[in-house]
Amino acid sequence: MQAYYLTIVLAPLAAAIITGLFGKWIGRAGAHWLTNLAVGLSCVLSIAVFKHLFFDGGTAENINIYTWAVTDGLRMEVGFLVDRLTALMMVVVTFVSLMVHIYTIGYMHDDSGYQRFFSYISLFTFSMLMLVMANNFLQLFFGWEAVGLVSYLLIGFWFKRESAIFANLKAFLVNRVGDFGFILGIAGIVMISGSLDYATVFASAESIAAQNIEVIPGSPWNAMTVICILLFIGAMGKSAQAPLHVWLPDSMEGPTPISALIHAATMVTAGIFMVARMSPLFEFSTTALAVVIVIGAITAFFMGLIGIVQNDIKRIIAYSTLSQLGYMTVALGASAYSAAMFHLMTHAFFKALLFLAAGSVIIALHHEQDIRKMGGLRKYMPITYWTALVGSLALIGFPGSSGFFSKDLLIEAIRESHWHSEPWVYWIAYPSVLLGVFVTALYTFRLFFLVFHGEERMDAETRSHLHESPWVVTVPLILLAIPSAVIGWFTVNDVLFDNYFGDSIVVRSSHDVLAYMGESFHGSLALVSHSVQTPVFWLTAAGAFTAWFLYLKRPDIPAAIKDKFSGLYTLLDRKYFMDDLYIKGFAAGGRAVGSFLWQKGDQLLIDGMLVNGTANTIGRLAGIMRQLQTGYIYTYAFTMIVGLTMLLSWLIWFR
Amino acid sequence: MIGLQHYLTISAMLFVLSIAGIVINRRNLIFMLMCIELMLLAVNFNFIAFSRYLGDDTGQVFVFFILTVAAAEAAIGLAILVVLFRNRRSINVQELNTLKG
Amino acid sequence: MRRTAKEIQMLFHAIVFYCFSALLIVASIGVIVSRNPVHAAMFLVLAFFQSAALWILAEAEFLGIVLVLVYVGAVMVLFLFVVMMLDINVEVVRKGLTRYAPMGIAVSLLMAIEMVQLIWWRSETGNAPMLFQPYPEGYSNTKSLGSVLYTEHVYAFEIAAVILLLAIVAAITLTMRKRPGLKVQNIAEQVAVRSEDRLRIVKMKSEKKL
Repeated sequence: MQAYYLTIVLAPLAAAIITGLFGKWIGRAGAHWLTNLAVGLSCVLSIAVFKHLFFDGGTAENINIYTWAVTDGLRMEVGFLVDRLTALMMVVVTFVSLMVHIYTIGYMHDDSGYQRFFSYISLFTFSMLMLVMANNFLQLFFGWEAVGLVSYLLIGFWFKRESAIFANLKAFLVNRVGDFGFILGIAGIVMISGSLDYATVFASAESIAAQNIEVIPGSPWNAMTVICILLFIGAMGKSAQAPLHVWLPDSMEGPTPISALIHAATMVTAGIFMVARMSPLFEFSTTALAVVIVIGAITAFFMGLIGIVQNDIKRIIAYSTLSQLGYMTVALGASAYSAAMFHLMTHAFFKALLFLAAGSVIIALHHEQDIRKMGGLRKYMPITYWTALVGSLALIGFPGSSGFFSKDLLIEAIRESHWHSEPWVYWIAYPSVLLGVFVTALYTFRLFFLVFHGEERMDAETRSHLHESPWVVTVPLILLAIPSAVIGWFTVNDVLFDNYFGDSIVVRSSHDVLAYMGESFHGSLALVSHSVQTPVFWLTAAGAFTAWFLYLKRPDIPAAIKDKFSGLYTLLDRKYFMDDLYIKGFAAGGRAVGSFLWQKGDQLLIDGMLVNGTANTIGRLAGIMRQLQTGYIYTYAFTMIVGLTMLLSWLIWFR
Repeated sequence: MIGLQHYLTISAMLFVLSIAGIVINRRNLIFMLMCIELMLLAVNFNFIAFSRYLGDDTGQVFVFFILTVAAAEAAIGLAILVVLFRNRRSINVQELNTLKG
Repeated sequence: MRRTAKEIQMLFHAIVFYCFSALLIVASIGVIVSRNPVHAAMFLVLAFFQSAALWILAEAEFLGIVLVLVYVGAVMVLFLFVVMMLDINVEVVRKGLTRYAPMGIAVSLLMAIEMVQLIWWRSETGNAPMLFQPYPEGYSNTKSLGSVLYTEHVYAFEIAAVILLLAIVAAITLTMRKRPGLKVQNIAEQVAVRSEDRLRIVKMKSEKKL
């Protein structure tokens, strides 16, 4: 299997290097064939690995490929830990990546940076695979940073756009804040357990939890809590949890395939995956889990609210992504790691689908992204319409769709988590996710109705050119629509209740809500048929109905609401003023401090007084000393004698 | 009773006088050379005094070598002086302030 | 108060020492203040003589004699020779002291005070003189110096000889010059000359007798 793993990882890397460095020679066709084949190979092999582990009953493998450095007993290695958790992520990553690769052929058809784009997305696939397949923290960090780098490159792919440069810088800086916590967490692990290896660290989890760290001298904190919260700060950055979410909506400046691949389906789930992978650690810190659950609940509900007022088609889906990531995070905090991973998987499919459908719409409308200028596209783009409908239904959790199984059970798990969460945490988390369902349905169908139904608001010129997208665009849509629709039905029992993840996810028995739920689980059909009895279903239906009523039946009402509650509208439209806080507060403050240090500290003190000051002083002194340099022998002799006398005086009188 | 200190004192006075001679000399290179001879004499005094005090003849051997080197130095110094005078028609120290010939 | 012969000898020794020392200091002052370089050189000769006497008084007879022979006999003669050869305009040379003179004198005085203080107030025996070690009976300074000079320090001795040779060569190369228009013999050319180069036999008709 080792050869499989290496091929899975290295094929996209090789393709990325060849395409990136020799793109001119291999040409556009060469670039897309090479990268598509490489990622396709990875995908096929990933499925083979998945099959080996899941159907053939293979055991998890933990192998070290290469020892990079050994220093002071700390081994830095490159290795793969392939268990069922990893295999699931590998399949999701490579499959979505493959779909996006194919789709890109159509989407980027006219772009001058064609080869560069393929190089980047292949590199991203490599990085993400390194991240998920890592068996140690160093490699995890490598993958973590590498996906951040590729994300930066891709958000700023159209580097001539001012807004794209701003967005990629913003994404990079906000991610740095998260990575700061993440690497501190890793450092904490190394400090306490002295190892980077997952297995070693997980084995010593109990002893880590028994120790205290004094981050602030005099107040000992539980080491595990500190480490887990720091690691989770990293996850907050990468998975865009409040308050580090600000970069994700802006990252929609990148090309749409990238929004689908990185900012919806895979990279942003790295944080979720990481927390699930670290479940043996998080299980030992109730405090850290409470932090996770609260952050997740806030993100899930409040980011969804912003989605209602946005007008950019991609930004709405971006806020939806934020909200769904919040759901996953809440599930992590409730110790329902499997539920989070399950939602991650289904979300990857239907969110990639929604993004690619949005991309299809955007191509058809010649890069118009404002939903106020769309409408009635159903009859022009039937395939896009039907696949987007599948994606939307999955997103709101329509009974039977993949989103239904994952989200419904996720919410159920949170509802049941009251017997191990603190009451106040529970009363933040549960209402948030429940109301979030209504909000999700509302913004999803607002988007859907405004784009595909209602009056046609685009101009006549655009309308005359409207047609369905080419097959390279529609085939990935269909291929993604299938799992979006049905995958939940077949996998829910295995993933959630049948101990699919085995040893890769550790849940303490007192936290194990899923096992409790599993006792009353009677198969997918029963779940679907009972769904009408749950508040989730009725909230979803209410959300969808509200959207229909407001945006199709009575389009005048939203404007009236907007006028009536202009304060609330502004708050949402300005995204709770988070951007203003960061840009005018932290960024401007940082720049003010920087410019103060530059002008006063650097120019005045260091340059003016120390550097130039030294030079000037020396110059002035030299001007005086120069007088001694007469060229006359007796001056030199005299200087020598004075020196001799001084030395003599010192020796005699001061020693 | 004449001892080490007396000789050292004589030596010190010779040395100080020769230093004063170099500093206050009236701009003539020959005076400088003479003062240097005097200074070496003062050094030789020290060597001889200590050699006698310690009963070790090596100090006197040293003086012998100093005399040799001083003679050589005087010969070369005077030769340079002659060349200098030939080129500049002067041995006035005040005019000798260029390092280039 | 009667004195022993030893004490009288010591007293005489001291009187001689102070006389020579006083003369030495006077001669040194003469070197640095005299106006004429010839006078200065003569004072230096005097100083060397006094030094030689003091060295001999300290029973370093060989070096005392060497000082007189080498310095007075050779080096000082060289000095005088150069002074006379250069024909320096004494009046021009004589003008004033340097502007560092007061400071130079101050520094010299400071140094003198320091050294005297060092010698007298810091010596191991306090104010009492630290006496020289008496030589054993039948001691020969020259012989004893020679015996270390040619054994222990023979390499240094050789090097000293080379230095002297170097000084000779250097002095000659420095001062030698070619004077244009000077008539010199080229002996090699003279010796190597052949009769054909100098004598040309010309055949000519005999002239008619007038």
